[in-house]
Amino acid sequence: MLTKEQVRQVAALARVRASDDELTGYVAELGRILDHVARLQEVDTEGMPPTSRALEQRGILREDMPQVPLLRETVLANAPDERHGMFLVPRVVEE
Amino acid sequence: MELYESTVHGLQTRLAAGELSAEELAEAVLERIDHVEEDIHSFVYRRLREEVLAEARAVDASRMRGDALGPLAGIPIALKDNLNTRGLPTTCASAILEGYIAPYDATVVESLAQQQAVVIGKTNMDEFAMGSSTEHSAYHPTRNPWDVGRVPGGSSGGSAAAVAAGEAIAALGSDTGGSIRQPASFCGIVGLKPTYGRVSRYGLVAFASSLDQIGPLTRDVRDAAIVLGAIAGHDRRDATSNPGEVPDYLAGIESGCRGLRLGVPRQLLGEGVAAEVRSAVLAALDLLTELGADIEECSLPTLPHALDAYYVIAPAEASSNLARYDGVRFGHRTRGSQSYREMFERTRAEGFGPEVRRRIMLGTYALSAGYYDQYYGKAQQVRTRICREFELAFERYTALVSPTAPTTAFRFGERMADPLQMYVNDICTVPVNLAGLPAISLPCGFHDGLPIGLQIIGRPMDEATILTLAHAYEQAADLGRRRPPLSRVPMGNDREE
Repeated sequence: MLTKEQVRQVAALARVRASDDELTGYVAELGRILDHVARLQEVDTEGMPPTSRALEQRGILREDMPQVPLLRETVLANAPDERHGMFLVPRVVEE
Repeated sequence: MELYESTVHGLQTRLAAGELSAEELAEAVLERIDHVEEDIHSFVYRRLREEVLAEARAVDASRMRGDALGPLAGIPIALKDNLNTRGLPTTCASAILEGYIAPYDATVVESLAQQQAVVIGKTNMDEFAMGSSTEHSAYHPTRNPWDVGRVPGGSSGGSAAAVAAGEAIAALGSDTGGSIRQPASFCGIVGLKPTYGRVSRYGLVAFASSLDQIGPLTRDVRDAAIVLGAIAGHDRRDATSNPGEVPDYLAGIESGCRGLRLGVPRQLLGEGVAAEVRSAVLAALDLLTELGADIEECSLPTLPHALDAYYVIAPAEASSNLARYDGVRFGHRTRGSQSYREMFERTRAEGFGPEVRRRIMLGTYALSAGYYDQYYGKAQQVRTRICREFELAFERYTALVSPTAPTTAFRFGERMADPLQMYVNDICTVPVNLAGLPAISLPCGFHDGLPIGLQIIGRPMDEATILTLAHAYEQAADLGRRRPPLSRVPMGNDREE
């Protein structure tokens, strides 16, 4: 059973702010989905490796060649906030 | 037939013969959009009329000069809004990407530009491609051209509706668990999900990277072959791109299905499939038998668990891919936060819609310490079983046949209250993504005026065979002429100015 405390931790890990009501909603909704996917436990997967890629592929490494990246101003044009050619964010280190 | 409801190959013949200019064609499609878009809402962004016409005129000039032109030159095409398109908004129908202007082109967009296709706009979708009805768009729902009280399917609902309604000649979509095939089924058109790696994903906004694939939505099978040929191929910018040669998908398309052995997985035609869908698919199998195919029922016993594996793997990958939306480098930022952490959390809570947040939560949980083996690890093992069952089936069968979706298009709101009700739409399509296989959906009948889709699943990299089979069926069934009951507008050459 999923608890509200677990859901609170998941929301913190996922960096999604959620109100108390939203957390309660998630307990029910995610709980129902998890109950459904729990049926996976019925499948015998003894000795079955996990899929790392659906289809086998070889020789897909590219040559390591220098390339021209996007211009700084092109990238910064999409930034919500910028200063001196850098992304501007609120204080990261708490006082 | 009106210009806007013609096929790529039909139009190309007329363009090449000089009977029609790309400008006239673009005018006809733009006029059609003006006429029906307010009922359908296929687009989230429409390019300026003058830009579209200028591009079309450039194609005409190029033809006049005698340049060698590809099969898409001058063809109006719509792009799903998760394909980065330089200089145009690319929002994934999410508020978190509001205001983002793509600084580069996806490889498929570059390919279309090289072929001088004319991009007319960006189409609506479920936010970040998470959904099966396009109701999860942050902007507006798209309506089904066959019945505007019903959904067009999703997540590529805008692309499917645009093609069905005559607002584009063809469109590109993306398919992670059925997002090309299911809307194609609901809108009565053709949708092709290529083999994983066949088409470059560079510039496709990532949802679940081990499942995502770009493909065409078109009016007929021949057009799907043409568009696939234009976008397939190796790309060094996508490390999962397949280096194999791209065959000529039209070369063998007329060769028919005589002697081909087809399997019908009983797990995809059982419980949960509506009676009308089942009977349309059985009738299609009869027709394929008449055409010379050798059809048998077969069993892939783990398929009933595919949906559960998918709804662990896809959200897990999504929770990781969507970590990049942090309010720092692009898109929406919630203002007024005291700390970086607070800005990050509030931006995501505001910017993502409820379904995207739900899947991020689900995926984060499935990957979190203590639950990884139980959910993600187990789902990836089940996935291996499913892949092996497909491999085994393809030792005996050239292709597998099933319904595309268990029902016809449903009404708005009908499945929004319960996420699981929405997810079960995907039962026939998700196994194909888990195994990385190619599959096509094409119309195989109607029930109460709503289209039903037939899914044909192929061996890895064998799009040519499913296109051939689909073409043989399409020619014999002759359903392709049926068009949605939308009001008609005059030919595109009487302009409004």
